[in-house]
Amino acid sequence: MKVKTLLAAGCAAMLATAGMADDHKVKVGMITTLSGGGAGLGIDVRDGFLLAAKMAGNDALEIVVEDDQRKPDIAVQLADKMIQSEKVDVLTGIIWSNLAMAVVPAATAQGKFYLSPNAGPSALAGKGCHPNYFNVAWQNDNLHEAAGGYANSAGFKNSFILAPNYPAGQDALTGYKRIYEGELAGEVFTKLGQKDYASEIAQIRASEADSVFFFLPGGMGISFLKQYADSGLDLPVVGPAFSFDQGILQAVGDAAMGVKNTSQWNKDIDNAANTAFVEAFQAEYGRLPSLYASQGYDTANLLLSAMAKADVSDAEAFRAALKDADFASTRGDFAFAANNHPIQDIYVREVIKEGEVYTNKIIGTALEEHSNVYVEDCKM
Amino acid sequence: MTAILFIEQVLNGLQFGVMLFLMAAGLTLVFGVMGLINLAHGSLYMVGAFAAAAVAGATGSFLLALAAALGAAAAAGALVELLVIRRLYARDHLDQVLATFALILIFSEGTRWAFGSFPLFLDIPDYLSGPVTLPGGIEYPLYRLTIILTGLVIAAGLFWLISRTRLGIRIRAGESDREMIAALGVDISKLYTLVFALGAALAGLAGAMVGAIQSVQVGMGEPVLILAFVVIVIGGIGSIKGALIGAILVGMTDTLGGLLLPEVFKLFMEASAASTTGSALASMLIYILMAGVLIWKPQGLFGGQA
Repeated sequence: MKVKTLLAAGCAAMLATAGMADDHKVKVGMITTLSGGGAGLGIDVRDGFLLAAKMAGNDALEIVVEDDQRKPDIAVQLADKMIQSEKVDVLTGIIWSNLAMAVVPAATAQGKFYLSPNAGPSALAGKGCHPNYFNVAWQNDNLHEAAGGYANSAGFKNSFILAPNYPAGQDALTGYKRIYEGELAGEVFTKLGQKDYASEIAQIRASEADSVFFFLPGGMGISFLKQYADSGLDLPVVGPAFSFDQGILQAVGDAAMGVKNTSQWNKDIDNAANTAFVEAFQAEYGRLPSLYASQGYDTANLLLSAMAKADVSDAEAFRAALKDADFASTRGDFAFAANNHPIQDIYVREVIKEGEVYTNKIIGTALEEHSNVYVEDCKM
Repeated sequence: MTAILFIEQVLNGLQFGVMLFLMAAGLTLVFGVMGLINLAHGSLYMVGAFAAAAVAGATGSFLLALAAALGAAAAAGALVELLVIRRLYARDHLDQVLATFALILIFSEGTRWAFGSFPLFLDIPDYLSGPVTLPGGIEYPLYRLTIILTGLVIAAGLFWLISRTRLGIRIRAGESDREMIAALGVDISKLYTLVFALGAALAGLAGAMVGAIQSVQVGMGEPVLILAFVVIVIGGIGSIKGALIGAILVGMTDTLGGLLLPEVFKLFMEASAASTTGSALASMLIYILMAGVLIWKPQGLFGGQA
């Protein structure tokens, strides 16, 4: 009997001290893609996030990074491990919408915070929104809507539009059509992961299109742009920034020159936070940052701003502190809409060459203070 | 739809088929002669593309890049055969699949370690870029025409090699009876390494040629590998002729299906829905074709001699 009480008392004491030690710390679990074909995006998000943490020098922030290999089942296992054995307070890092759908609802249901540095599926912005889920990048439709806005101002009347046949691809075409006012010369869904666009390019040639909108992230976009440039077609092309980020532009080369793309960030946005970020990123990693890196950096700074205002154990206060978005974003003005997705300007960029490096330059604003259409569906 | 669009698509299908043939030829030889399922064949395709991109970046010469692709892939193939594959011939297919799957992971992460996570740049040389006008007013990229021609020349060369040369006789003999030709004094292990390296070199060449119009990145080989397996199943395992016919059949079905099916659905559906359904069905089409061929001829079109 005595032994039992002693043990119980000991345990209680240990719990109490453990609890005290945790009071100031915020433990972040980052699940992102660090191997395989999509690794470039995850590495940029991670590097941006770690850079912000390093620059802040905040000892209270502890970060665990794991590789999800772009596989939903692995992401779910990692999330379980981080929540149950690592006891993280905040999760972040996921690049792909299908992985986010597998991890985020369960994590927020267990009272954890999730800060998305990239994926913004409509399901998590509308009916499936959650007070503990914050998207620091964009809602998936946003950049495509901006491309539609640019098409209107550029006077495109007959666009040929294409995207891969999967949820984000369908969202892309829907987003473009939501804002674009002209006619459609054609609408094609390609296979996800398709690398040969000869067939689609032949269809564009045969149609009477005056412009092309495409959403083909990663290697798909590289292939499309190279083949398009080689086909002799010279219709203007517009797309979201995902096919023109710093990581892949060098692989596209001259084929991307002059192409317009839409992005919420670029390295030439003129504000102190962005200048500091671009300089520090180049000094630390020896390459130019991409929009993914800027998103990782902003995510970390949002978290740090909330940590300065509230203790993570007080979920109510911490949530309110996150929602304030009281941090210096690399994008300039940044605020959260009612469904915890950004309200921000989205720019039109043009691909240029600086010395030997292909990069982007902002040439205008496509949509100002843009939010998303799912706000009304979100009841929280 | 116009006739010009249709002919252009037929050319596209042919080009796709010819590329698949380069992949499938090596796969079918290795399976036919050694009875080995090589999942790492796609990695050799990737090795070819990366070698080409590295050499093109350093020297600026596309021909040197192609030579490097051939050499690097053949060397990687021979090395893998000597170190790993050789121990697998006597094992059952499950062990082979496991070991070659491990090779995929090793190759992928090894390439990422050596070249980084971002895609590499490899472009068409100036003298092959841009479109040419074919009779009938069809504008078609010169580079794709070059691919078609190269592929057909290699196919002809392979037929000559298999049917007319001493090496070809040994390969065919190895296919029908391994033990017997070993007993007749042919150095079977040297033959195996040679066949494996030949298959690898073809895959590497395909990787380099396709890499110039697509993206050179880690994991680029696996989607092609799946299609190459479909091709050899349709064509009949071990048959070069089967691989050629199967590859062109798959290339045509995939390209024309993707063009025609959405058009067919548009006859009785709203345009956007027709496009979604049509393209979803089009991506299944080659597997439906494979299932159809297997029902009709379980050994594949030209299989069954072995």
